[in-house]
Amino acid sequence: MILRDPAALTASFGWFVATGARDESPEMAGVSHFLEHMVFKGTASRSADAINRELDHLGAHSNAYTSEDRTVFYASVIPECQRRVVDLLTDLMQPSLEAEQFDLERQVILEEIAMYEDQPPYGAFERANELFFGTHPLATRVLGTAETVSNMTVEQMRQYHRQRYTRDNMIFAASGMVDVDDLIEQIEGMVQDWPATAQVRPAPAPAFLAGRDVIERELTHQHYAVMVWPGLDWHHADRYALKLLCSVLADHGSSRMFWALIDNGLAESVSLYPQYFGDCGCITGFLCCAPEDAPLVEDTFYQVLQGLAEKPIEHRELNLAKNRIESHLVMSDEYPSNRMFMLGNAWLERGEYLSLEAELQRLAAVQLDDIQRMAALLTKEPLVRVEVVEAQEAGGESGG
Amino acid sequence: MEQQILVHRLPGGLVLLGEPMPWLRTVACTFMLPAGTCCEPEGKEGLAGAVMEMIERGCGDLDSRAYMEVLDALGVETGSAVMTTHSTFGAVMRSDVLPEALHLLGQALCDPTLPADQVEDVRQICMQELRGLEDEPSHRCFTELKRFRFSHPYGRIAQGTREGIESIQHVDIVDFHRRHFSPGGTVLAVAGNFEWKRLCDLVEELFGGWRGEAQSELSPVQVNYGSRHVDFASSQTHLALAYDCPAYGDAEYYPSRAVVGVLSDGMSSRLFTEVREKRGLVYSVLATCYSIRDRGSVLCYAGTTANRAEETLEVLLQTIDSIAQGVSPGELERLKFRIKSSMVFEQESSRARSRQIANDWCVLGRVPTQREVLAEIDRLTCESVREHFLRYRPRAFSLVSVGSEPLELPVGADHT
Repeated sequence: MILRDPAALTASFGWFVATGARDESPEMAGVSHFLEHMVFKGTASRSADAINRELDHLGAHSNAYTSEDRTVFYASVIPECQRRVVDLLTDLMQPSLEAEQFDLERQVILEEIAMYEDQPPYGAFERANELFFGTHPLATRVLGTAETVSNMTVEQMRQYHRQRYTRDNMIFAASGMVDVDDLIEQIEGMVQDWPATAQVRPAPAPAFLAGRDVIERELTHQHYAVMVWPGLDWHHADRYALKLLCSVLADHGSSRMFWALIDNGLAESVSLYPQYFGDCGCITGFLCCAPEDAPLVEDTFYQVLQGLAEKPIEHRELNLAKNRIESHLVMSDEYPSNRMFMLGNAWLERGEYLSLEAELQRLAAVQLDDIQRMAALLTKEPLVRVEVVEAQEAGGESGG
Repeated sequence: MEQQILVHRLPGGLVLLGEPMPWLRTVACTFMLPAGTCCEPEGKEGLAGAVMEMIERGCGDLDSRAYMEVLDALGVETGSAVMTTHSTFGAVMRSDVLPEALHLLGQALCDPTLPADQVEDVRQICMQELRGLEDEPSHRCFTELKRFRFSHPYGRIAQGTREGIESIQHVDIVDFHRRHFSPGGTVLAVAGNFEWKRLCDLVEELFGGWRGEAQSELSPVQVNYGSRHVDFASSQTHLALAYDCPAYGDAEYYPSRAVVGVLSDGMSSRLFTEVREKRGLVYSVLATCYSIRDRGSVLCYAGTTANRAEETLEVLLQTIDSIAQGVSPGELERLKFRIKSSMVFEQESSRARSRQIANDWCVLGRVPTQREVLAEIDRLTCESVREHFLRYRPRAFSLVSVGSEPLELPVGADHT
C-alpha cells in the first residue's frame, strides 16, 4: 500500500503483521510481543548490534508495537534513505531467533511487565478484557504474564513465527516522498522466499461475559475504574456515529462528561472510546478521581450515560464534535507517518483505504438519529467493571 | 527553501517571532511568559498552574463554556505547560482560522474573567494532578529529583504542594496574573502557514495596547548532591540521576549535547547497549539535557526490579564515565546524521517549531537557524567531544530512587 506525497519532506514505511495476542494459546501468552522485541535481535545477515547501528545511521524514527490483533514495525526517514531502510525493515521480518538473545531479551520483557505493574491503573484494562472476553482469545494479555514469559521456549517462538509471518498475513505500507517503482521492485525481490500462507486465526464467536473485580494496591492516591460495554465490529456502518457519540460524551473539549466531572475538578480524567476487532468490538470507559469522591463520580458518570434517553444529543453538540474530530484528522494527516499508520491499519482491518476527504464525508454524513441509535449501547449498565482501590491494613486482612 | 526567522517588537515589550512553513496546512502559536513556578509567592506552590487553568475559564464576553465551544467550533487544540522560569500557552490549528483563534487566545491571556466562584474547582483540578503524579513512580522520581537537586525556588514542581494548593485564594490568582502575565519578557512564536505582514498587523491590533513589565528578581541557581529515597510499594525501583554540564546557550553546550547523544540517542547508544541490550537490566533507560537559566544538568532515568537496582546504578555510572575513553568515529557520525535528520522531521511540525523558537528566544535572546546549529554539530570531532567530557567529567551526582529499597550513590560520587 503506497500513498505517495511528492511534496513531503520525509517518507514512512511499515510492516503490518496480522498477528497479536489473540493468536496465542494461553500458555504462549505474550509471544507476539516478545517476538516483536526479538525481531531486532539479529537476522541471517545482521547482528543485533548491526541492526541498532544501522537504524541510527539512517537517522530513522523507528519503533514497533503489538496489540491484540497486530504487530507493527515502522521507520520514518529522509527520502534518500528509502532503499536502505526498506532493506533493513524487510530483512528484520525473518529474524534468526537465537537462544542466547532470547534468554537475554526475556529479562527485558519481565522488566517491561514490572514497569506496567507500577503504572496506573495497574493492569485494570487487561483485567477488564479478561473478564469481558472470558475464554475467547481476545482475553489474552498482550505482554503475557511473568509466568508465561518465563516458561516460553525459543522453539515455540520459532514455530509461531513460521506460522504467522507469512506473505498472506503481512502488509507493507508507505507514505510521503516515496520512490514507488523502486519500492515495489525491492519488496518483490525480498519476500519471494517467505512462507506463503499463515495458520488460520481461530475466531470463535465472542460471548461477552459480565464480571466485576477489584484490584488492591498497597498505596494509591487515586481511585481508578474501567468499564466495558459490547460495541461494534470493524465493518459496521455506524462506526462514525459511535465515534461522534463518544466525543459528545467524554472528549476533552466541550463534552457532557467534561462539564459534569472535569471542569469542576471532581475527576482527574474520564474517557470513553470504541475498540474494534475483526469480528466484534467493545466500548471502554475509564475514570480516575479521589478515592473519597468515587461514589459521587461514578454516580454522575452513569447519570450522564443514562441521561441520553431523556436528554437526546442536540445538533449543536453533534456539530462541535464533528468540528473537533474533523480538525484533528486534518491536522494529523499532515505527517507522513500518520498517513502510513492510517493506510496500514485500515487495510489490515477492513481491506480498504479511504482518503481523508472520504473519511470526512462519512463523518459529516452522520445524523442525530444515527448517534441516538448508538446511545442505546451505553444507556445499559456496563458488562464489566474493574476498580483499583487501596488495600485495607494488613491487620484487617488477616482478621478477615 | 531557506529557513527564515522573522522578528517584530511591539511597543509594550511583546516580541512576535515568525517561522514561515508554507508547505504546511497548519499554524501553531506559542506564548512564552515569564510566569513559571519560581515566580510563585512563598507558600503558594501550585499557583502558576492554577492561573494557567483559570485563564481558560472565560474572557471578554464569553464564559468558560462559550470559550470552549468557540475553540471546538474552530477546531483549535490548545495546551499549556508550567515550567520553572516560564510558562507556555499555545495552540495548533488549520491556518485559515488563525485570526479568530489568536483573538480568542489573546483575550484569555490579557483579559481573562478569572471568576471567583470557580477557584474551588481549580483547586480541585490542581489537587487531582498532584495525586495522579503521586501514583506514577517513573514521573515521581523526576519531580523528587528536581525538588532535591535545585535550590529554592528552582526545585518547585509544576504540580505544587498540597499545602500550597489549599492556600490559593482568588486574590492570589488575580495578583499573579497581574504581575506575571505582562508583555515585557513575553514572546509569541508563530510557525507554519501564515503571511507575515498580515500576522504583524493582526498582532499589533490585538496586543498593541498591552502594557506591563515582567516582575521578577531571580537568585542564582544552586544544586545539591547526594542521594534521596522515596519509599514506594512498586515492582521496580525507579532511579533518576543528575550531574552538571554546560547549560543551553553556553559556548560548550553542543559538545555536551553530543555526549548525551552518544549516551542516549537511539538504539545503538551506549546506555541502551550496556544497560538493556547486553545485560537486560531495564526496559527503559535514557539521558537528556536539562537547563534552568545558566545551570545545565544531564538527567538520567532507569527502571529496574529492586534486586537489580544496585547493579543498574553501577552500570549507569560506568557507562557515563566510559566517554572518558573516547567516542568512536561511527558513534559521532550516527549522532550527526540523527540530528540532521531530526531537523527535517521538525520541518513537518508547526507545533515543534513554534515551541523551539519561543524557547530559543527566551533562553538565548535570539533564534539560531537550523543551518547555524548544523554548523555547530558539524564542527564536533571525536577529540573535541572527549576533551570536553574530560574538562567537565562528572564526579558529583544527585540521585533519587523511588521504590521499596533505598539506593545510595557509591562513596565519593555524592559531593564535589
